Amino acid sequence: MLRKKEKQIVSDFEHRKADPAGPSEISEAYDLGEAETFGKLMLRMFRENKLSAVSLLVILLMILCTILAPVLTPYGETDMDLLNRLQPPSGDHWLGTDEGGRDVLTRLLYGSRVSLMVGIVPTLLSMVLGALLGVMAGYFGKWTDTVIMRLADIVLAFPSMLLAMVIMYTLGGGLFNVFLTLTLMNWGSVARIARSETLRLKKSEFVEAARSIGVSKWKIIFRHILPNCLPTLIVLFTLNVPAAILTESSLSFLGLGIQPPGASWGLMVNMGRQFLYNAPWLSFVPSAAIMVAVLSFNFLGDGLRDVLDPRLRKQ
Amino acid sequence: MKRIVQALLVLLLVSLMLFVMLRIVPGNPVAVLMGEHANQATIDRLTAELGLDQPIHVQFFRYLSGAVRGDFGTSYSLGKPVSELMGTAFVNTLLLSLAAALFAWITGGLCGLLAAIRKNSIPDRLFMGFSLLGISMPVFMVAMILQYVFAYWLHWVPISGTADWRSFILPAVALGWNSAGSIARLVRSALLDTLEEDYIDTARAKGLGKSGVLFRHALRNTMLPTVTMMALQLSALLSGAVITETVFSINGIGRLAVQAITARDIPLLQGTVLFSTAIVIFGNLVADFLYTVLDPRTRKEA
Repeated sequence: MLRKKEKQIVSDFEHRKADPAGPSEISEAYDLGEAETFGKLMLRMFRENKLSAVSLLVILLMILCTILAPVLTPYGETDMDLLNRLQPPSGDHWLGTDEGGRDVLTRLLYGSRVSLMVGIVPTLLSMVLGALLGVMAGYFGKWTDTVIMRLADIVLAFPSMLLAMVIMYTLGGGLFNVFLTLTLMNWGSVARIARSETLRLKKSEFVEAARSIGVSKWKIIFRHILPNCLPTLIVLFTLNVPAAILTESSLSFLGLGIQPPGASWGLMVNMGRQFLYNAPWLSFVPSAAIMVAVLSFNFLGDGLRDVLDPRLRKQ
Repeated sequence: MKRIVQALLVLLLVSLMLFVMLRIVPGNPVAVLMGEHANQATIDRLTAELGLDQPIHVQFFRYLSGAVRGDFGTSYSLGKPVSELMGTAFVNTLLLSLAAALFAWITGGLCGLLAAIRKNSIPDRLFMGFSLLGISMPVFMVAMILQYVFAYWLHWVPISGTADWRSFILPAVALGWNSAGSIARLVRSALLDTLEEDYIDTARAKGLGKSGVLFRHALRNTMLPTVTMMALQLSALLSGAVITETVFSINGIGRLAVQAITARDIPLLQGTVLFSTAIVIFGNLVADFLYTVLDPRTRKEA
């Protein structure tokens, strides 16, 4: 009986959403006047913020280069050429060669696979984990809240780099463990924000309405609360990606992250550091790549935040 | 008072988590320490000597009661008490962090201030673009560029070490770089917010000059968000110090932690990380306290 009623409300909602022109009390209650399609939202962002448009382009280009790496360069990732060690940039090797005579541009393209993946995968995982735990803490309150938020407090109390080092020590190096470390490190701040969003949404009329007609807790969480946290979470995602890229590069720079013969930008800087004075490009080229990636994601995040969630601006 | 208890509780839980995480590493640390050729009897004797044969909760309480009294155990790899090693290292890290914070607050604060009073002007855009660049550069990149240009190329300052005060200049700038960027952005937005408040209009209306409005009214109220920022930056500085100290070969807490990991030296790693985290927790507590002093509105909750 109640299920039916809920379905009725939802279908009514969907119906109005499809046809916002049709005037009704419901459309006002749900504030459909401001609803924008995703495409329109993107267009508005690019109009208001040219830099974020350029950044998105740069990011897409980077991803494309990553995929096309084997086609774009005549050299292999680990092709050694001992006669051409530590060569400065030239026509044959646009960005020079390293201590094994490997082409730096090629290593950079292959390294971007790891670095971009490390930016995106663990950030996504930590968002899912943090959002779920944060919403649960906010919605259920009481001891669930206490346990989850104390855990978040502990994770957030550590200086991030030192926590990452300890987790990497416990787990050992390698790509998979870098993923795990970054996920374990970053869920805390996501949980805090998701919790405060939930506390706000919990008081709103549509959640009250859903509760009053007997919708189950989990259904409210997944159908009503989480979708409404989404704009905030998307913005947080684009701002956490560059942070993850920086952490991975720092870990790999210290030799605690990705292990050779794998390549990540941070590891390339680490390997090149011994040749800083006679082959500075070995360290500076991958450093610049990290900077460009981080800068692009930061710009994109700024632009997204302005259109999706202006309330976050002050933080 | 409630906040202090809470902070102590977090610190206790932090030490527990740290302890457990470092003990679940597979393999007997003593066996690793002694190398391949050690015989079982020696390993057993040393394990007992270090108290590693005890159940983990006994080990934890032993460690905790020692740590409260300033005894963090003995380093496996360096053979000295961890507290002694950390004492010397802490002086270097403290000097480095203070110098970095000074650099970050002066440059970041000034840039933010100038950008805010001339909003949307060319300097504003320049400073803000620069600050974003500051936030986006990895610490090791800034450190290595500075080292390459000013130490290797121009010979203005020593390349590394802590021989005299001049060798602290580059590490401090490198470490403060990121913070300067965030501080500039924060000061700018906080000041712009404050300048829109009604009491600023009132101050202007009663005929107070531009600088009077800025220094007597606006800047004071910008202090609040900056205090919170200070606590946040403390954590970032200690994280960055790990990298900066490694690049410039400064024997600080961060470098000690890196050395501890390389040598699989659990007591040293545990001590350095616990100590750094305690500093951050304490810093947050001080920031909270300062906040209530600066803003009477937040006092009733305390």
